[in-house]
Amino acid sequence: MTQIATEAPRDAPRRRSARAYVLSAIGPATVTAGIVWALLQPYRLTILHPRGQGFWWLFVQPQLLVILVGALFHFFVVPSLLEDLQEEEAE
Amino acid sequence: MPPPEHVHWLFASGFLALGLFLLAEAVVGREVWRKRRWRAYLWPSTMFGMGLAMWPVMVFFTSSTLHMLAHGAWAEVMMVAGAAELGLASGKLRSPLWRLAIVAAFVVTGMAFLVHEQNDWFFQRSAFLHHLLGWTFLAFAIFPLGRVIRPRSALFASGFALAFVVIAVIVFCDRDVAPVFGHLSPLAGTPHR
Repeated sequence: MTQIATEAPRDAPRRRSARAYVLSAIGPATVTAGIVWALLQPYRLTILHPRGQGFWWLFVQPQLLVILVGALFHFFVVPSLLEDLQEEEAE
Repeated sequence: MPPPEHVHWLFASGFLALGLFLLAEAVVGREVWRKRRWRAYLWPSTMFGMGLAMWPVMVFFTSSTLHMLAHGAWAEVMMVAGAAELGLASGKLRSPLWRLAIVAAFVVTGMAFLVHEQNDWFFQRSAFLHHLLGWTFLAFAIFPLGRVIRPRSALFASGFALAFVVIAVIVFCDRDVAPVFGHLSPLAGTPHR
């Protein structure tokens, strides 16, 4: 402890590399592909007209599967991978 | 029991997941990808799981001996390829030649697609997709083969990843009975969606 004030060095903002940008874009690009497909073929999305549909038609909807895969990848795989990538690039 | 096209879409999701995992590995490089142990097991265990899931498909969804043999062959090669890659990831297998298991999986899968499709390309959509998948698997086997010869090549790693994405797109296009580019044989049946 000291009463002399010192200036803490400011952390230089880390620049994200091209690899980090590409990695961060994979999940959103997949989700976007699913959304575009849903917009182009809304009749395949049974959640929009669920009456009279059986279990499998409601449970397995291809556009939603694409969105789900992209989202799971983005939220569960990418964050730790970005951390490790930035760590490696800082070394 | 789900209709066959739903089963195809579920497998397409598995192929898409494989493609994204491998694409991420190709982007960051193998060293970074393997910094966490669970990530090294991610795509091989997905492949192994898809092989396991193919067995009930073989039992419940095949309408002929030829279909049953083709689905059984896919189940076996996917499990062997997944197990070989799991062994390599864990360090229990050391020879890089084990990576040839995935090359064999591509070749066997492609041949099984071509052999078990009895109709021509434009009979209906699933016939077209079977032919397309067969030739796609055979042509894209160059990427896993290149990965064995040059394990650090970004070209082969990216090509290997994108092969699974392309396969996922093709499998997502499957419908039980549907026309392809306006062609539908009257022998194929009535399209229901």
